Amino acid sequence: MRYTVTNKALLLAGLAAVAAFGLAEPVAAQQARDQIRIVGSSTVYPFTTTVAERFSQTGGFKAPIVESTGTGGGMKLFCGGVGTQHPDLTNASRAMTKGEFEQCAANGVKEIVEMKVGFDGIAVALKKGSTPVNLKREDIWLALAAQVPVNGALAPNPYKTWKQVNASLPDWKIEVMGPPPTSGTRDSFVELVMDQGCKGFAEIKAIADSKARGAACAKIREDGAFIEAGENDNLIVQRLASGQSGVMGVFGYSFLEENMDKLMGAKVDGVEPDADTISSGKYPVSRPLFVYAKKAHIGVVPGMKEFMAEYVSDRAMAAGGYLEKKGLVSMPKAEMEKVRSQVLGLTNLAM
Amino acid sequence: MTDILADTVPRQQPAAALTPGIHMTDAANKRLKARYAAERRFKLIGLAAILFSLAALVILLTTIASNGFTAFQQTHIRLDLQLSAEQIAPVGTTDVRQIMQGNYGAVILAALQKKFPEVQSRGERRRLQALVSAGAESQVGRMVAADPSLIGQSLSIWLPTSSDIDMFVKKQVDTTVPEEQRRVNDAQVRWIDSLKASGDLELRFNTRFFTGADSREPELVGIWGGVVGSFYTLLVTLLVAFPLGIMAAIYLEEFAPKNRWTETIEVNINNLAAVPSIVYGLLGLAVFIGFFGMPRSAPFVGGLVLALMSLPVIIIASRAALRAVPPSIRQAALGLGASPLQVVLHHVLPLAMPGILTGTIIAMAHALGETAPLLMIGMVAFIVDIPATPVDAATVLPVQIFMWADSSERGFVEKTSAAIIVLLVFLLLMNLAAILLRKKFERRW
Repeated sequence: MRYTVTNKALLLAGLAAVAAFGLAEPVAAQQARDQIRIVGSSTVYPFTTTVAERFSQTGGFKAPIVESTGTGGGMKLFCGGVGTQHPDLTNASRAMTKGEFEQCAANGVKEIVEMKVGFDGIAVALKKGSTPVNLKREDIWLALAAQVPVNGALAPNPYKTWKQVNASLPDWKIEVMGPPPTSGTRDSFVELVMDQGCKGFAEIKAIADSKARGAACAKIREDGAFIEAGENDNLIVQRLASGQSGVMGVFGYSFLEENMDKLMGAKVDGVEPDADTISSGKYPVSRPLFVYAKKAHIGVVPGMKEFMAEYVSDRAMAAGGYLEKKGLVSMPKAEMEKVRSQVLGLTNLAM
Repeated sequence: MTDILADTVPRQQPAAALTPGIHMTDAANKRLKARYAAERRFKLIGLAAILFSLAALVILLTTIASNGFTAFQQTHIRLDLQLSAEQIAPVGTTDVRQIMQGNYGAVILAALQKKFPEVQSRGERRRLQALVSAGAESQVGRMVAADPSLIGQSLSIWLPTSSDIDMFVKKQVDTTVPEEQRRVNDAQVRWIDSLKASGDLELRFNTRFFTGADSREPELVGIWGGVVGSFYTLLVTLLVAFPLGIMAAIYLEEFAPKNRWTETIEVNINNLAAVPSIVYGLLGLAVFIGFFGMPRSAPFVGGLVLALMSLPVIIIASRAALRAVPPSIRQAALGLGASPLQVVLHHVLPLAMPGILTGTIIAMAHALGETAPLLMIGMVAFIVDIPATPVDAATVLPVQIFMWADSSERGFVEKTSAAIIVLLVFLLLMNLAAILLRKKFERRW
């Protein structure tokens, strides 16, 4: 008897599969969305998601869906066109480039509102209790670049300890854990530290081709002194805290702030990383964070305007607001007012 | 394991007493000894390999368990809330929107201040408020919205504390460091101690972890959203891959002629089973989302992608199961006049079913743990709502784990491990089902 039962079950399963494929048809038709969709940078992701959650708790709208696709990937999706199959906002850990702006315009996304939401610092951190150090960006470049000037010519990096790089630094083996090249934090670290650190050297200036010069500045050594620790910054925190002193880690400032009982930040160019030095721009390894909104979707997707208003509200982005608790470094007051009036007035981004 | 060791003792040499000859020379004995030694070494290395992998497994499981178990409990504070009409809405209001907009922060703060009347300064008040989770306000709001008659009443309620306090109570914060480097300061420690002494602060079972969805606050997260997303995804996968896989396997094994075409198909199916899963994600992005215009982040699309991924595995397993049915069964049925279709449907398929189901369940378990293909189709996203249908935006369990592992807040460490425990439980259950099916229905010939 079992046989016939199995037969029926098989038939049912087959029917269900047909039904499942049939379902694909109505789905394929584009429906109106009642939920905001956001893509983009993984650095801005924790802040945008926090706003999304608060927004859904109080505003009477459904919580926006936030994807973490990276700044570049987000721009590509965002600039894909106008219509509910394309995202409404995108997070970016750098300003939109002219190329992206033109790409957007070419696909019909002509009106964009830029929201600067605050700053993010990149910290160079050590295990708590280590000797405090003051790293100049030249020192960091000399310690981490693949090729450094040796006797007037570029040669593979010979430095083994920080003391060899700069006599005023402790005699620690150079061991730095940082993000892999796929990470936005790595891009910013290269841009803000490596590219700046190499500038003063005559051997670098001597490279005529600007592309080759950029590559020489940005290339990080691969002999084990720089350890690519994966995208998971928590892993770096754990390994720093349990490792020996002298090992350094590179990650977003929010991770340092969250783990001040285990780690300490190294000074960069004489400036300690904290909320004040990052927002004032004194701490050199900091960057502004942005969210871009598609104006054409306002009024089409419910809650767009309200969501943007929530993002720039005092309770979110001002000093003492809930985003600060998540590690965002807020802007100075005057700048925030300017951003707020631009966002609420839906001023178009121009390039 | 003991008999492995016993076997390593050199055996007696029974032939020795009977025919003393070439096998009894010193050189022969030496060679014999060397051979036994080689065998012992080989067994030892094998044993070491097993012990090493066992040790790795034990370390992994104990770390996850010890990190994760604390997440099943959550620190709560008992507060006596005065739900006054001035702070919420006039008595008799039923409009949900209006009730949700009440000033519940002030209600909670007032209840806290009644417990600690000495708190006056702005900074101290803020730290007092920071004891309670940021999600407590909307939790109270939802309660009042569900029962508007509460307005004007007083309510004694257990509310979750903020994650910092939770971490402190669970002793996951180093209290020996100076106050300014701690996320829980001395005043808060004092308050916690006094609340503990009066029985108003305790670790309670974390129901929200099993009923809620994602959140940015570690104390408010839940895995139910991920579980439902995984369920819908796997349901679609099963409905698509299982019948398709069986049909393909039956045709190839029982009906298809053996020629160059079927051989090519066979080789390709084997190759497809080895294709990295991210490739299926790209395929899904291009075909289902790009060409058919299906929504991003939907479990339906995720299920289709995972179905493509598990199809080759199911086909291969089903074919192996069909092949294991002895030809005598087929010949007997044919001899009694059954048609080839009847032979397959009445005899071969039922006998092969346990093997097919086992293969399917293992493919499903594999699909349950998959994240890479879902990354491409937008299921790696922050989604607060629990999906109601397979076309609502959703994530799945392993994606939830991945996203929590990436968050900076300390409280997510234990939540990540706890979510891994839940995922492992589901995987174990599925594998158990596969084993039971095999045990119950398997036939040997």
